[in-house]
Amino acid sequence: MGDDTPILRAESVSLRFGGIRALTEVSFAVKRGEVFSIIGPNGAGKTSMVNCVSGRYRPTEGRILFDGQDITRMRPNRRAALGLGRTFQNLALFGHMSVLDNIMVGRHHLLKSGFLSGMAYWIGGAQREELEHRREVEEIIDFLEIQHIRKAQAGTLSYGLRKRVELARAVALRPKLILLDEPMAGMNLEEKEDMARTILDLNEEWGMTILMIEHDMGVVMDISHRVMVLDFGRKLTEGRPEEVMAHPEVRRAYLGEADEVPVQTVTA
Amino acid sequence: MTVMTPAGDFRTSYRADTTIFPTLGSRMALWAGLALLCCAPLVLDRYLLSLLINIGTLGIAALGLNILVGFTGQISIGHAAFFGFGAFASAWLHERYGIPVLLCIPIAGVMTAAVGLIFGAPAARLKGLYLAIATLAAQFILEDFFARAQWFTGGVAGRVTESPVIGGFALDREESYFYLVLAFVIILFVAASNLMRTRDGRALVAVRDHYLSAEIMGINLAYYRTLSFGIASFYAGIGGALYAHHLLFVSVEAFNILFSIQFLGMVIIGGLGSIMGSLMGAAFMVALPEVVQAGADAVAGGALDRMLKIGGNISFLREMAIGAAIILFLIFEPDGLAHRWKLIKAYWKLYPFSH
Repeated sequence: MGDDTPILRAESVSLRFGGIRALTEVSFAVKRGEVFSIIGPNGAGKTSMVNCVSGRYRPTEGRILFDGQDITRMRPNRRAALGLGRTFQNLALFGHMSVLDNIMVGRHHLLKSGFLSGMAYWIGGAQREELEHRREVEEIIDFLEIQHIRKAQAGTLSYGLRKRVELARAVALRPKLILLDEPMAGMNLEEKEDMARTILDLNEEWGMTILMIEHDMGVVMDISHRVMVLDFGRKLTEGRPEEVMAHPEVRRAYLGEADEVPVQTVTA
Repeated sequence: MTVMTPAGDFRTSYRADTTIFPTLGSRMALWAGLALLCCAPLVLDRYLLSLLINIGTLGIAALGLNILVGFTGQISIGHAAFFGFGAFASAWLHERYGIPVLLCIPIAGVMTAAVGLIFGAPAARLKGLYLAIATLAAQFILEDFFARAQWFTGGVAGRVTESPVIGGFALDREESYFYLVLAFVIILFVAASNLMRTRDGRALVAVRDHYLSAEIMGINLAYYRTLSFGIASFYAGIGGALYAHHLLFVSVEAFNILFSIQFLGMVIIGGLGSIMGSLMGAAFMVALPEVVQAGADAVAGGALDRMLKIGGNISFLREMAIGAAIILFLIFEPDGLAHRWKLIKAYWKLYPFSH
């Protein structure tokens, strides 16, 4: 990796919707080349945090730096060109397009032809460009084992396949950092194992840094290098998986093991 | 929709996999169809030819609207106003500056695109009903402009236009003008097909299907929504210009909101998000009044005519037929004629083992 500066740094990020505090002064840093997971109970602010990073939401306070650049107020579409890709918790494919076209949309910022050269197609290099990128997209299709559905309409696919197509689309961006919002939600054990393998391959072979939200604690503990715990929009702790698991507040907040922690009771 | 290719159709290169007409059969049908169309002026009478010319001009404008409504998921109920603007612009350019008509047509397209971009600017921010109202405003503003800008439109008297001339040969007859329209149809339909299989075309569809994830994928929503308006207006302008130089007279009243609704009807009946569907929709819209007329002629003087007094009210019958056609299509074939055509092709592919 060589470069020690974190690829992503959030500096006391707060997010409020009216009176609701979704996030309160959350700070963390994701190092290059690591698998970083955010965990926490429902409503803890995990997706809000990821949305701040990808640009869906703008933090009320605080800063977000990506690759040393302040992206706090940058429009989401410009972040893609910087190398920030993501998948969604609730599938967000382009339902009427083919799987292939969905993935080609991921190449958007890497393609150069505008609408005029696109219309001319054979003149001006649009065709050459399409075919070149098609080759790379096919590599991604091979990697995610979705060759058999490349011409299928994305909206007609099963849930597990759609998840994989969404991941393929995000990978097609050629991101430095990929945000995965619950990549394993609703999958059976075998599919989860496949997905975990894929994520590790993306990290180790494709050299992508991974920021992941996941509920399956087994998976999180197995593949993450570091884990951050959110609860009610605040950061509880951060560290290696086993450290986090041992943290008493985490056990209470997330795993619900109240018996080992002295609970203050109000006495009359 | 399942993916179906005929047995034995193996593609061995990515180039072969990205053609507009994917199979040998479809390519042969294309050339045969083009050859037939080229022979049309030799066989058909002038009335039928003028109907075909209408299908071409309206089809080009309908394709523009389809790029906006069908592919980008925006809405416009002011398309006829842009069509009219193209018609007047081309006529005005020729008369005022003496530019050859053949050049006036594309320039009128570009001018209409510029006007479309101005009115399309709210499209970058608005969606759905709000955008519909904004485009309705465009319709009325342009209509008002047509009525008042005498220098541009000739005012209520309208504007007389001239036929295009190629190398001293005037395309002033249906037989020759047909070829000009055919050339424009081919160029513009191929351009749209090309657009849809490249970066910006995919971006338009992505904006329609899921604009939030499109933005995350690096697509600038405001740019593509506005661009779509520009392209739609360009096609409308070209269609309008071709229409003007065919009729040789452009009147202010023609481009009203009913005409705009007819364009929407063409796009819905032809098939939202289908390039060939735009042409099918235009053909349907041109053929419908003819059929209604024929039907009315058939019952003229009969008992039904005496009862309903159809004779003088044929135009109302036409409007009703268009309304009924739109409603029936929305209920029974919401994906339009293009979808029906696909089903027919699929049926014959599997025959006799169809489902």
